[in-house]
Amino acid sequence: MAQSGGRKKIQPHIVEEWTGKIYASFCIVLLVVTIFSMVYYVATKGLSTFVQDGISLGEIFGSTNWKPDGEPPMFGALPFILGSFSTSILAALIAAPLGICAALFMVEIMPKFGKKYLQPVIELLAGIPSVVYGFVGLSIIVPFYRDIFPGQGLGILAGATVLSIMILPTITSIATDALSALPPGLKEGSYALGATRWQTLSRTVLPTTMPSLLTGVVLGMARAFGEALAVQMVIGNAPHIPRSLFESTSTLTSVITLSMGNTVMGTTQNNVLWTLALILMLMTFVFVFIVRWLEGRAKR
Amino acid sequence: MKKSMLLVLTLMLSFALAACGQNNAAPNTAGTNGSTTDEASASNGGNAATSELSGSILAVGSSALQPLVDQASKKFMDQNPNVSIQVQGGGSGTGLTQVSGGQADIGNSDVFAEEKLDAAQASELVDHQVAVVAMAAVVNPDITVDNLTKDQLVQIFTGKITNWKDLGGPDQAIQIVNRPSSSGTRATFEKYALGTKTEDLQGSIQEDSSGTVKKLVSETPGAIGYLALSYLDDTVKAVKYEGVDATEENVANGTYPVWAYEHMYTKGEPNEVVKAFLDYMVSPDVQGDNGDVVELGYIPTSKMQVVRDVDGNITKK
Repeated sequence: MAQSGGRKKIQPHIVEEWTGKIYASFCIVLLVVTIFSMVYYVATKGLSTFVQDGISLGEIFGSTNWKPDGEPPMFGALPFILGSFSTSILAALIAAPLGICAALFMVEIMPKFGKKYLQPVIELLAGIPSVVYGFVGLSIIVPFYRDIFPGQGLGILAGATVLSIMILPTITSIATDALSALPPGLKEGSYALGATRWQTLSRTVLPTTMPSLLTGVVLGMARAFGEALAVQMVIGNAPHIPRSLFESTSTLTSVITLSMGNTVMGTTQNNVLWTLALILMLMTFVFVFIVRWLEGRAKR
Repeated sequence: MKKSMLLVLTLMLSFALAACGQNNAAPNTAGTNGSTTDEASASNGGNAATSELSGSILAVGSSALQPLVDQASKKFMDQNPNVSIQVQGGGSGTGLTQVSGGQADIGNSDVFAEEKLDAAQASELVDHQVAVVAMAAVVNPDITVDNLTKDQLVQIFTGKITNWKDLGGPDQAIQIVNRPSSSGTRATFEKYALGTKTEDLQGSIQEDSSGTVKKLVSETPGAIGYLALSYLDDTVKAVKYEGVDATEENVANGTYPVWAYEHMYTKGEPNEVVKAFLDYMVSPDVQGDNGDVVELGYIPTSKMQVVRDVDGNITKK
């Protein structure tokens, strides 16, 4: 009826629907364009190292010599790649048991106390700016390691410790959601068969939620991998593979933040930094891919 | 699951496209910081026939010079309410790139433009030296060594001497706290104190901010680093260089060589508003005994009895 007459007023709900549709598609287009242009920009700048400056892939990924000002300049990024992986994996190894146990405690063992006090406290950790973590790490963790272990205190373990606290909220909140979503029938069945709480948790609850728990750990690792400022403050930033966990080394992010502002756009060194940024971005995609794969397994 | 695969594939494809597009992408030395271009172009408008200054200025670059420009710009804006000045950090390299590319009106730098940019780009820039920053080698307070020669410093920073006992100090391993190899502060220290470029040694620490360097030197046993004079206090110990104390006086009369100009570069001759601001930067208001330069721990250029050119040749004024 309303559609037939051209002069008839368009009904308000149609207007609303179209406004909504246009607004939503505009937002989506903007988002997609932003993401794609960022990817494009980083990729073009990052690849110009190989195309324009003629540096081989083998040098970037295979060499440990980082001498951007040397004669001839050398751009071996292996120490940074190893540094990034070792700090983020170590951080996940520290944070995963803590986060998963905290989630178990909050969901299974003391739901009331956990939900009321523990969860807000852990979520609060997510809101602390990374420069604060870095400063706390530099003022407390580094002197602590310096006093009890041989070495400078700065290094992979200091970085991993700071990062593990930073990624704790990610791992905990995802683990909490996964555990709460578990159908109560599973646990009740286990108890009904005479299993103790420990047996129920370790043989029923943890195995069934494992893919979701791992999702949290991988997301935490992704965050650790991309964190720059806090790590830069406590890792020491020497462009070498360290001989111990307490010797100064660098990560991809720390070398980018240290040098990006001091190098001139278009120079070889600047392009190599963009290549490192490209490696970081590709790694993030790998993490996202792993998360998707784990989520797919969790749904089965 | 399928959708996620699609997403990842799309991203992969976009990479492939990006790789193809590479060949025709311009070298792009200008840099493409979108946000800054607007302000820069806005500054070209304004100030017509009226004697009242109006317009906006964007100054980008060296974080060592930033506090001075920032403070001076606030006072300048109080005097000229129609002028707005934005001061951003980002490092000397960023400052020089952006002023050379035209995104910024003023590029702040710790080093001469010739040392960072190629000759053609550098020749377009006009240098305005607004202050002098001197640096001193600092050591952990527990180290008893008071004086280091140039040769000793070179041996420390190249890793040939690794223990303080070889220099007459306590039996304590030397811990180098350096700046990143691209930093202007490090370039100054290497050029005028060491006289040579050094490599980052295994186990050395690189930190970007003076505050962190000071903290690490004061806490780490056997640490050595270098700081601008304005950062010196009791928590670290400044050592003499070739027997000369790192004081403002010794810098001004030319006996202490580890110092550098702070530059504010413009592309070509500055326009009226920028020129007025740069004139203000070297006016007695800023450079005088009670001015911002002294207050913030820099040394006024007017006090310098020697002049140094880009090649390091020193002449008496």
